[in-house]
Amino acid sequence: MISFERVSKRYAEGHDALREISVTIDRDELVFLTGHSGAGKSTLLRLIMLMDRPTRGQVVVDGQDLGAVGSRGIPRHRRHIGVVFQNHQLLFDRPVFDNVALPLIIAGYDHREVGRRVRAALDKVGLLQRERAMPVTLSGGEQQRVGIARAVVGKPKILLADEPTGNLDPALSAEIMQLFEEFNQVGVTVLIASHDLVLISRLHHRIITLREGRLVTGSAP
Amino acid sequence: MIGRRGGSRRREGASQSRTDYRDQYNAWLRHHRLSAADSLFRVLDNPFSSVLTWLVIGIALALPVGLNVGLDNVSRLGASWDSPAQISLFLQEDISSEQSRELAAELDARGDVAVAHFVSRDEALEEFSALSGFADVLASLDENPLPNLILVSPADSAAETAATRLRENLQSHPGVAQAVLDMAWLQRLNSLMELSRRLVLAVGALLVLGVVLILGNTIRLAIESRREEIVIVKLVGGSNAFVRRPFLYTGLWYGVGGGLFAALLVAIALWFLGEPVGELARLYQSTWQLNGLGIMGGLNLLVLGGLLGLTGAWLAVSRHLAVIEPR
Repeated sequence: MISFERVSKRYAEGHDALREISVTIDRDELVFLTGHSGAGKSTLLRLIMLMDRPTRGQVVVDGQDLGAVGSRGIPRHRRHIGVVFQNHQLLFDRPVFDNVALPLIIAGYDHREVGRRVRAALDKVGLLQRERAMPVTLSGGEQQRVGIARAVVGKPKILLADEPTGNLDPALSAEIMQLFEEFNQVGVTVLIASHDLVLISRLHHRIITLREGRLVTGSAP
Repeated sequence: MIGRRGGSRRREGASQSRTDYRDQYNAWLRHHRLSAADSLFRVLDNPFSSVLTWLVIGIALALPVGLNVGLDNVSRLGASWDSPAQISLFLQEDISSEQSRELAAELDARGDVAVAHFVSRDEALEEFSALSGFADVLASLDENPLPNLILVSPADSAAETAATRLRENLQSHPGVAQAVLDMAWLQRLNSLMELSRRLVLAVGALLVLGVVLILGNTIRLAIESRREEIVIVKLVGGSNAFVRRPFLYTGLWYGVGGGLFAALLVAIALWFLGEPVGELARLYQSTWQLNGLGIMGGLNLLVLGGLLGLTGAWLAVSRHLAVIEPR
C-alpha cells in the first residue's frame, strides 16, 4: 500500500532527514513508526502526504508513484489519505460538525450525505452529542477525536497519524489507539508515528524504528 | 476470461466517469453556492468595516460617474439651446435693401434654415454707434461703411457639419459677398466638453485602479486572517480553486456593495442639486431638469463594481494564496 524505495531527503540547509529508507507497508496493516524527535518520523509522513518531495528514491502509495504526481494532483492525492495531526489542526471558529464535514465538502458531497457521514464518524469516536460544540470548549482528548473523525469521514484507504497521543494521559492514549485498531480491522491501512514506546509495544503491531534518518528495525512485516 | 473481465471493467469505467462528471459539476456548483453564501455572511458579520469598505469604493466610483452624469447634462443643455451656430451673410454693395429683404424671405423658407433675419446697413450703423461709443466718429463719415446683413440660423443648429455645409452653399449665392459661420463659441463648448470628458476619463481610470488596489488589499488581509484555515483546507485535500473561491466571492460582494453605494451617492447628489438647478432653469424660462443615472446606469454601476471586486480579489489571491502551503 505504501512503499519507500531507497528514499533520501536532504533539506536545503544540508540536514539529512532520511537516508536510504526502504520499507513496505501492506494493505490492511497497522504499523507504528517510532524514534527520537528529529529521527525522521514526520519527514516520512510528509513525503507520503506530498508536503515534501524526496531528494532521491521513489515513494509509491496505493500503486501511484508520487514522483509522477504534479502539484495540481496533490489535492486529489491528499483526499485519499486521512491524517491525524498532533496539534489537531482544527478550525477553531467552526463547530465540530463543520470541522468533520470539511473533507466531504471538499470532495463535493451533497449536504444530506455530508450529514449522514459526519454523524456516523462522530458516533464512531463518541462525540455525536457534541456536533454543535466549538472546538475550544472540548478537552484535548475530545479535540483529538474530532481530528480522527475528520480523518476517517471520507473513508480513506490510508490513515496517517503524527503523535496522535502526544498530549494525552495514558488512559486516553490507549482509547485513541483502540480507535485506530478498530479502523484497521475494517480494512484501513494505518501508519502511526509515536514515541510512546510503552504504549505501542503493548499493542503487538509492527514497529518501524528510525534513528538519525536511517531505518533500524521493522523494514518488513 | 481475462478479455471479458477487461471489457466489463471498461464499461463500468465509462458509466462511472459519466456520473463522475455530473457529480463533479454538481459538487462544483454546490461549492460555489456555499462559498457565495459563506462570504456574504462573513461580509455582513462585520457591518462596520464592510460599510467602510463599501463607502470607500462607493466614493471612488461615484466621483467619475457623478462627473460624467454632470457632463451629460451639460451637453444636453448645449444641444437644447436655440441657434448656437449663426451664419452672417454680408451682401454685395449693389444689392438694395429691398432685394436683401426678399433674399432673407427666400432663405427663411428653406428647409435647412430655421430663421433668416435681415439687418439693413442703416440699422447696423445705428446699433453699432449706440453700442460702440464711436457715434461722433461714425457721424463724421460721409457714407455708411457697413454692408447689408442677413443673420441665418441653421435648422440643425447643433451639428457642425450641417452648419458648415449651409455656409458653403450660401457663400456661392450671387448676392452674397461673404458668409461667415460664427461657430467659435460652439467649438469652444465642444472642445471644453471633450477636455472635460478626457479629464473625467483620466480621473476615472485612476480611481478605478485605486478601487482595484483597495479591494486587493482588503482581500489580502482576509487571506492573512484565515491563513491557518487555508493550511488546514490544503492539508485535507482542498485544491487551489477551492481555497480561492470564497475570497473571490468576498471581492465580488465588496465590489457590488461599493457599486450600490456609488449609485446611492450619485442619486443623493443629484437630488441635493435638483432643486436649485430647477430654480435656475425657471429663471431662464426653461423646463430643463437634471437627468440621473437611471435604472440601467445603476445596474451598470453594480456590474462594474462587481467586476472590479473580482479583479482586485483575483490579484490578491493569485499573489498571496499559492504561497500559503502546509509546513
